[in-house]
Amino acid sequence: MPKLKSLLDLEELRKGIIASKDPSKQCITICSGTGCHAYASEKVADTFASELEQQGLSEKIDLRRTGCHGFCERGPIVVIFPDEICYLSVKPDDVSEIVSETLVGKKIIERLLYVGDDGKPITHENDIPFYKHQIRLVFGDNRLINPQSIEDYIGLGGYEALGKVLFEMTPEDVIEVVKKANLRGRGGGGFPAGIKWETTRNAPGDAKYVIVNADEGDPGAYMDRSLLEGNPHSVLEGLMIGAYAIGANQGYIYVRQEYPLAVENVGVAIEQMREYGLLGEKILGTGFDFDVIVHRGAGAFVSGESSALMTAIEGRVGEPRPKYIRTAVSGIHGRPSNLNNVETWSNVPLIIKHGAKWFGGIGTEGSKGTKIFSLVGKVNNTGLVEVPMGMPLRDIIYNIGGGIRGDKKFKAVQTGGPSGGVIPESLLNLPVDFDELSKAGSMMGSGGMIVMDEDTCVVDVARYFLDFLADESCGKCIPCREGIQQMLVVLNRICEGTGREEDLDTLADLGDMMRDCALCALGQSAPNPVLSTIQYFKEEYEEHIQNHRCPAGVCKELINYYIDPEKCQACMICMRNCPVGAIDGGKNIVHVVIQEKCTKCGTCLEVCPPRFGAVSKLSGVEIPEAAAGGIKVR
Amino acid sequence: MSTEEREKQNSSERQTRRAVSDRRVEGVTQPIAPAVEAARQVELTINGQAVEAWEGMTLLQAAQSVGISIPTLCHHKELSTYGACRLCSVEVIRGRRSRIVASCIYPVEDGIEVLTESEKVAKHRKIILELIQARWPWVDKELLEKYGAQPGRFEEKTDFCILCGLCVRYCTEVKKANCLGFVGRGAERQIVIYPERAIEMCPTCEGGNMGCRSVCPTGTMPNEFAHTGPRFGKKLPLAYPVKSYSEDNVREVLHTVGDWRMPWVRSQTMPGK
Ligand SMILES: Cc1cc2nc3c(=O)[nH]c(=O)nc-3n(C[C@H](O)[C@H](O)[C@H](O)COP(=O)(O)O)c2cc1C
Ligand code: SF4
Ligand code: SF4
Ligand code: FES
Ligand code: FES
Repeated sequence: MPKLKSLLDLEELRKGIIASKDPSKQCITICSGTGCHAYASEKVADTFASELEQQGLSEKIDLRRTGCHGFCERGPIVVIFPDEICYLSVKPDDVSEIVSETLVGKKIIERLLYVGDDGKPITHENDIPFYKHQIRLVFGDNRLINPQSIEDYIGLGGYEALGKVLFEMTPEDVIEVVKKANLRGRGGGGFPAGIKWETTRNAPGDAKYVIVNADEGDPGAYMDRSLLEGNPHSVLEGLMIGAYAIGANQGYIYVRQEYPLAVENVGVAIEQMREYGLLGEKILGTGFDFDVIVHRGAGAFVSGESSALMTAIEGRVGEPRPKYIRTAVSGIHGRPSNLNNVETWSNVPLIIKHGAKWFGGIGTEGSKGTKIFSLVGKVNNTGLVEVPMGMPLRDIIYNIGGGIRGDKKFKAVQTGGPSGGVIPESLLNLPVDFDELSKAGSMMGSGGMIVMDEDTCVVDVARYFLDFLADESCGKCIPCREGIQQMLVVLNRICEGTGREEDLDTLADLGDMMRDCALCALGQSAPNPVLSTIQYFKEEYEEHIQNHRCPAGVCKELINYYIDPEKCQACMICMRNCPVGAIDGGKNIVHVVIQEKCTKCGTCLEVCPPRFGAVSKLSGVEIPEAAAGGIKVR
Repeated sequence: MSTEEREKQNSSERQTRRAVSDRRVEGVTQPIAPAVEAARQVELTINGQAVEAWEGMTLLQAAQSVGISIPTLCHHKELSTYGACRLCSVEVIRGRRSRIVASCIYPVEDGIEVLTESEKVAKHRKIILELIQARWPWVDKELLEKYGAQPGRFEEKTDFCILCGLCVRYCTEVKKANCLGFVGRGAERQIVIYPERAIEMCPTCEGGNMGCRSVCPTGTMPNEFAHTGPRFGKKLPLAYPVKSYSEDNVREVLHTVGDWRMPWVRSQTMPGK
């Protein structure tokens, strides 16, 4: 591979790559992201390869393994170009049929298509409702390129922005553009990237660092992972542009050890960049030197916090430190260090290429561009979705997510990861951006979005997140370590029906103190799940405390399973299935749950035939006394 | 410059010099205040009182320099700052923005207004004291009463150690012995002693008295800390700075370490066990 010594070299290379690609040539793309990988997409890809070989089509048809498309639950996803026919849940067994029918015979296999609500199949990926309402600026190229091929990236305009920056712009110009675009950090706080860059640039010191935060510790979130796995060069290009603007020659990628594919693809990308001379000294023949080190993190949630992450890179335990002097001024080894999230970096080449004005045209007043969310929970379509800032929650959940699963009622949506807040139905029209979410008592966080239906108990949800945070707090400061533990004690007793009158005040006092006093943002935001559920679902807490009733029927200590004697047909199914023998009854004798023995596993409710529907969950009411000696079925 | 102004400057310079020289103790690794020559003067108010300080001082130092005391727990002026207990939280007002910061770390800034006992501060400090009390029920009564802390408000899980980290910093920074450290996260966080190091270093530390004892706020030894921070009760047998080790374990470690006369270990019964 020849080293690129000038802008001209890069453009020549690009021309060569584009010329070598025939846009009308058939190409099978197979998603090889982590989600599809779990559905055996590798096997599908291998089968395609051998099938093409066998049919002597290897020369005529291209095969490409791409990054994640976002609709992972329907993986493995296969898209056939140039017609962009999209097949979902493809199995190795489907492969020979796809080759002979679709590729050779130009016929569409309906059974592998997405079926819309109206029962009609949809052929093209972009027409599937899940995709139709998205704007995929950052995530869009994932489906087009092989993440292990720098040529694929360059062929789609990769490193064009870097060239523009190095040859046409001063570092100050770059910062100005990023500031004007008002790019805000995608990793948590939404801090304006341009301002952070400027602070780092202006901070005294010769050695400066730029860092990619790919720690992504939020449970259920995987947008950074998919981006780094699927399009590593977009992140690296952004990082280099930032380095140039800031005056840094060394970059770090802090990626969690548990992301093997991301580590691999980033490693390959860096290797390829070195070979082309896009890393190292005198990049593209300019005076700009830059190199990158991949640092594998050991996967603590708190290591994603900026000062903890930098401490970890220094080789010490990743623990937050007081940040009254910002890391932009004193970070790794006390030197100015600029940390941004994966998605933040990935936006940078786009902004440079298309300009601040273009970027500013997307989104809301205070939040520009798009945001990738990890939409999960009780919606019909789950996956990674990229939408313009300001899209109402309702549109994301109903248009993209396809509404609530199983015709249940929507109850709330949790945004912002474990320390985000819960948003109720009354705020479904909330435009999703940094400021609106904070105003509603939640936050953007890194983009987690968990949809909950009517069967969810919000007290239990708050408890779940606090439980996560209790383990993930570093334990250094008292407000966070002790505060979370004591909040949990209170939440546990509320869920167990022994809550006290003053408990809501205690939670509020603790929460207030933690928000103000905790050392880092983990502790400061830890009360969010509790305070926001109290804010919007106070009655539900009060039901638990005062009436010992869990309205959603979730808190085990507050529910009882009950067999309605009027409805029971003595079919004996529940009796046989109860794992602890807690059901009394017999042929023609109405069954009764022996409450003392019942472990509340819910099996009886599940197995009771729907046409009888005799088992129900009771909460907060007296269980009717069973007639002595058993009653006969009427 | 008028004589008056000069006098004023000299006097605050003297104060800063003292603060600075105070920190220059043998073995202390991280002096906070910069050399006097380089420091710039900073003016702020603390509880309404105008205070002159030098750039690089903390709010706590500035407050102490004019005789305002702020309760601290994890802070020790001979050791690096840590910022973990948050007992020293104060309110900082700049313009219309107010925020709560840890005074033992927060650097002085021109024109800020600091309130060490505002309503908000008192409310938060009360809860922090209650949280500490739930772990270590011998917190100074006077302090509890001052903030109206209600002991028993939180579930008690008595432990020796409040995880202030003073012993670790003392051992690492002053003694450079590195016998102590933290393990675990969140609720599991504990102080541990590294036996290999301890065998080597501890028997001769402070004449066999284990210097770390003198900084531990949960112990009984009257120490310097007791005058700067909350004065904790003196009835408790001294806490050996090991939380993770079971009693037996501690004994075993100590046994291996050598024949020390450490009655506080032998006589101590773990509270709550
Ligand atoms: C407990 C905690 C965990 C965090 N985890 C992450 C993370 O996994 N990824 C991330 O990008 N930012 C994370 N952050 C936010 C970072 O501290 C930091 O603000 C961010 O990486 C800055 O980049 P941005 O401005 O581009 O968002 C975390 C913050 C806290 C307090
Ligand atoms: S807030 Fe929590 S995670 Fe942050 S320093 Fe304090 S204990 Fe550690
Ligand atoms: S043993 Fe004492 S000095 Fe060490 S952390 Fe615990 S309370 Fe602090
Ligand atoms: S991994 Fe294939 S769609 Fe996400
Ligand atoms: S945080 Fe300041 S004394 Fe502990």
